[in-house]
Order: sequence, then structure tokens, then C-alpha cells
Amino acid sequence: MSLLTRTQGATTDAPRARGPREHIVSRVGALLIMGVFTLYFLVPIWWLFIAATKDRGQLLTTNALWFADWNLFANIGDLISYGDGIYLRWLLNSLGYAGLGALLATVFAGMCGYALAKYRFPGREVFFNVVLGGVLVPATALALPLFLLFSQVNLTNTFWAVLLPSIVSPFGVYLARIYAASSVPDELIEAARLDGSGEVRTFFTVSTRLMAPALVTVFLFQFVSIWNNFFLPLIMLRSQELFPVTYGLYAWNTQLNQIPELRTYVLVGAFLSIVPLIIAFLLLQRFWRNGLGTGSVK
Amino acid sequence: MQHLKKAVVTGVALLTAFTLAGCTTSSTGGGDNAGADPAACAPSDGDVTLSFTSWIPGIEDVVAQWNEANPEIQVEVQTGPNGNSGTYKSFFSQLEAGNAPDLGQIEYDALSSFRVQDGLEDLSACEDIVAAEEEFIPWTWGQVTLGSDGVYGVPQDSGPMALFYRADLFEENGIEIPTTWDEYKEAARAVRDAGGYITNFSTADINQFAGFVWQTGGGWFSNDGEQWTVDLAGEQSKTVADYWQELLDEDLVATHPAWTEEWNNAYNSGEVWTWNSAVWGANSISSGAPDTSGKWAVAPSPQWEEGASAAGNWGGSSIAVFKGTDHLYEAAKFALWLNTSEEALTALNESANIYPATTEGLSLPSLQEGVEFYGGQKIYDVFAEAAEQVNPDFVWGPTMTQTYADVSDGFQKAVTGQGTLLEALESAQSSTVSALKAQSIPVAE
Repeated sequence: MSLLTRTQGATTDAPRARGPREHIVSRVGALLIMGVFTLYFLVPIWWLFIAATKDRGQLLTTNALWFADWNLFANIGDLISYGDGIYLRWLLNSLGYAGLGALLATVFAGMCGYALAKYRFPGREVFFNVVLGGVLVPATALALPLFLLFSQVNLTNTFWAVLLPSIVSPFGVYLARIYAASSVPDELIEAARLDGSGEVRTFFTVSTRLMAPALVTVFLFQFVSIWNNFFLPLIMLRSQELFPVTYGLYAWNTQLNQIPELRTYVLVGAFLSIVPLIIAFLLLQRFWRNGLGTGSVK
Repeated sequence: MQHLKKAVVTGVALLTAFTLAGCTTSSTGGGDNAGADPAACAPSDGDVTLSFTSWIPGIEDVVAQWNEANPEIQVEVQTGPNGNSGTYKSFFSQLEAGNAPDLGQIEYDALSSFRVQDGLEDLSACEDIVAAEEEFIPWTWGQVTLGSDGVYGVPQDSGPMALFYRADLFEENGIEIPTTWDEYKEAARAVRDAGGYITNFSTADINQFAGFVWQTGGGWFSNDGEQWTVDLAGEQSKTVADYWQELLDEDLVATHPAWTEEWNNAYNSGEVWTWNSAVWGANSISSGAPDTSGKWAVAPSPQWEEGASAAGNWGGSSIAVFKGTDHLYEAAKFALWLNTSEEALTALNESANIYPATTEGLSLPSLQEGVEFYGGQKIYDVFAEAAEQVNPDFVWGPTMTQTYADVSDGFQKAVTGQGTLLEALESAQSSTVSALKAQSIPVAE
């Protein structure tokens, strides 16, 4: 951006004086806009953090954006012990659904995208386009038909009811195909073949290394979307022991009128439940950005 | 490229078709999974396990008591969010898929919608149920018979309404506690002069507004066995709507969005002085406005006619048995125990402040005590009296979710000065009639 401005300034003399000023203005403008957005996105999290540190009485009566008495650890203790530790169970469930689901989805999407990119077979484009169409179908619209299907085989209200639908990722297939096409050279696969490596082995030992940025992106994407998927568990699950944390907190939240102390638990629970997501982002964001960028350029 | 585009379009079209097909199958032909025979109410052979879905907090512990005493009829509890927040949706899809639980929690205002979808067993086949009628407060029984000869649930709790008010503020400012709605309006002006609002008008709680109409003796729906009549903007509704419109026009009531922090704060800070609400509201205030402890009191709701004693109702639910159960007898037996036995009612009241629907339940020991938050007043005496004064003829329609949403939309506009409350009711009247027609429910014009 700055480079561009300077060269423009260099071609004509007159606006040169204005060049740097524009530069500052646009820079300040950009900073300002970014600052506003950062604030906009961070204030709710800050509010949540502050709310999680207060006891129930202070929640309503003290400044919402600043600390009162520090009760965070007492609150967390109460939350964890409430209902025989059901909250921890929910957190583990979420990690199970999202972690395992995202892992399997990544493997499948990676294999599928790789196959579509590197093998020629009849119907390849049709297949790819159908998968692409799947990106456009919102998950919410599929929840009810899935429920009826799972009812047929008596799998509703089980771990599988949430896990199985989560391991497909049409977007992941798309991304993996695009990325495999550009990052895994045919010559390399050919060389592996000549060296006597089987196709599956080539995929796992050679190609996945080259596709790693895309695969991490798919993983992160899928992890977040499973973690946040709320409608599917709502439709599928009845037993409290199987709830993911989002659904569990929601169920608590609808009971506030009857059990007021749940308000604190919902807030603290919501705060704790975003921590794994934040960690996942901080660790993987480098790959995430690379992968997304690659997809868009192609 | 052209080829690719075409293929994408086909793919998308195919997928859309699948999805739509999925939706269509799920929205038609509700509940024809019930099996042919109109289930007889006879004991099953051998041990029985029942499934029961409820969102009442602590219900597991209550059911555990039953399970201990009845090894041959074990009940498994499943939980979820409040009915309208998701559990009803699940019930409908489970009925569709044929795997509904044996028993489920259903609020009075939703019972009709399950009835018209043929999702409920008629409990009048069970002698015990029929015999239990006299144990219940008469109007709650009316809520589960739905104006027919059948019985479609066992009443669990009720929400008789009374007036919560800030005793301290009324006394400091020398304002009389209103006993009629006219006096309430007078009081509202005095309160406004003192810098407060007499109450908050909620645009979200249409069932509260229905409770106001209920108190007048009016109704919104009726069903003569063949077709439904919708009367959202009838004479009594008009009286109530005009009354509140006047309070809104004169800026005598606050209009904070209900059940938000802002709303809590309005009560906590003393901005709002009264709330004409149901018995369970006692807890909403004590949790939402902790700083005002000891300053509240409860009086009977203001009346439309001086000296009258009518009460409205807001909320309350029943335990229904879903079509397709193999154990009607056992399910009915459990539902009766849960809602009539003293040990269950006591436990429900302790764990979730359930206010019983039986006449005897009103005199539970825990409902005889003074409540500290209300200055030690025995507030439940007021509600017990109100519980006996609720009009038994109020009937809920089969599409309340839609009706609530439409009235609420209209009320929100009215509060910001676009249109009136009455216009909102009139428009909801016609949209409700269309909604009934769209579901092929016979409706009188």
C-alpha cells in the first residue's frame, strides 16, 4: 500500500506534497477503524470476563466494565461442583465432538480433495461440483432430516448423533483440492511411485506434509464450527450427560427464572468455554491465515 | 467453464431438492405413528421403564424418590431447555420419528398445539386419572381437558397473579395501594410525579397480557369440538388494550425489554414500583433486584370492578403422555404421583419453586411461611386466594407460538409510537386465523 502511494507520487511532481499527508490520514483512518472494530469485538469479552469475577449480587449493582470483589475462583469452584460436575462433562463432550470430529473431517476432506486434484476418473467434476453445492446448504436445514434418519437406526441421543454429521466438511474438500493441485507436484507423486511407494503411503507421508497449511485451516475451521454448532445437539440429544457445553449453557440460561444462581454459572461457564477456542486460534492462526489466503488467490 | 457452471447448478438443485424433501416429510402427517388401537389403560406385564422429558431444575432428585419406591416402574429423566426454547421442537420431531418419550412437560398454552397434531394420549381412559379430577383446582383441570371430554395431561403447576409492590415507596409518598385498575391509574400518575414508574409494560410477555385479559373473564380462543374461534381483539381484550395504551400514551409506565439486565436494574434501583405478575415472579424479583430486599409486599391484583375478586393466570404446565407409549397405565400413575403426592410436591417446590395445581398442595408447609424478601409477609396466602379466583373458561389456541410472536411484534411497535396495542391485537387476529388455516385447522371467520 505504502509502496504504491510513493510510486504514484514520484510520477507527477505536483501532488507530491500531498502524498505523505494522505498517507498519514489514510493510515490514521485505517488505525481508527481497526481500533473501533477491535473495541467492538473485545468489549463483550471484557464484559464477560468482568462478570465472571463477580458474585451474583454485585453483577447487577456494580459497574459492568470494571472489577468489584474478586470472586472468579470461587465462582469457578461453584460452577464445577454444581450438578455433580456436569459442566466439566459438557466441556469434555465439546472437546470430544469438536476435536475428534475436526480431526476425522480433516483426514476425510484431505483425502477427498487430494484424490479429486490428483486422479483422473469419470464423473470427477460432477462429484466435485456436488460437494461444492454442499457448501451452500446450511447445516441448520439438515438437522431435522438427519434426526429422522438417525431415528431410523436408533442412534439419536448418542455420541454418534453429533459426531457423525460433523465429520463431513464440503468446504474442507474444496480447500484441500485447490491446495493439493497447486502445492503437490505431479512429478513428486510420480517419483514416489517409481520408488515403489503405494498411493496411500504417498498420500500420508509425502502429500500431507505439503498440504499441511490447508489441512490445519480445515481443522481449525471445522473445530470452530462443531464447537459452535448448537442446533444439531438441540435436535439430537436428550440426555444431559451428552450435551456439548454450548447447549448445556443454553439449557441453564432458559432456567434463570426458576434458579437465579444459574446466572453466575452461565456467565462463568461461557467465559471458560471460549478459552479453548482462543488457545486453538493463538496456536494455529498462522496456518489459518496462510490456508485461507491460498484458497482465495486460486 | 460452461460445463462446470452447469454442473454446479445441477448439484445445488439436487441438494436443495433433498433438503426440501426432508422438510416436507417432516412437517406433514404429524403423529401417525401411534399404532392403531386407542390405547387401553391397563397395567403392562413385567417391569416397565418410562422415559420422561422435563426442564424443571432438580427433577432428577424428585424422580429418584419415585424410582426407589417403585422398582417395577422405573422412570428415566431427560432434560433440555424450556419448552418454547427448544424442547417442544424436539417433541414434534420425535413424534414425527416415532421415538417420543412416554411423558413430557408441556405448558398449558402449548397443550393445544400438541393436541391438534394428535400427539397426546387421552388419559380419560384411566380410572385413576378421572378420579383425581377433584384433587385439582378446577380451572387447572380445564386447562388439560381443552374443553373436550378427554384429558390430555395432568396439571402440574399454576401461576395465579397478584400485585407485587414496593411497600416502602408507596408509604413514603403517601400513595394508597390500588385495589381497582382505575385506582391503579391514579396511583400511576402519583408515582410518575414522584419520579418513578408504576410498572414496566412488557412487549415480550404476551402470556402476561393474556393473563390480564383472563382476569376480565374474556378469552382469546374457543373450540366447539368442530372448529376454532379466534377472538384476540374482542370486547375484554379491547378494554385491557385501551387501558394500557392510555398508560403508555401518558408515559406512566416504563418499557424496558423484559428479562434483561436493564429490566432487572429498573426494579433494583427503585425506578419501577409494582409488577402484576404470577406467583413464580416472587423469585424473579428477589434474584433480579437483590438490593430491594425487605421492601416489597404482595396484594391481590387490582380489579376491573370495585369489590370484585377475579385473578388472572400467567404460566403453569402439565405432564402429558405422548402418543405411541406402550405403558399408558404406568405413565398415568407416575404423572399422578408427581403432581398430587405431598412428597413430590414438596420436593418440586423446594427445588424449582413449583406452585402446585392441587387444592391440598396450596397448603404445603413451605407455602405457609413468611418470606424475608417481602418483609416477612406470608405472600403465598395471597396467591392461594388468587388461585381459587381464576376463570376456568380460558382456552389456549393451537398456534400460540405464532400468536405470541405476532402480538409481540405489534406491541413493540406500539410502544415506540407506531400504531396501538389494539391494532396489534387486530393484526394478530387475522394472522392467527391464516396460520390456523395454513395448518388445515378448521376455524370460524
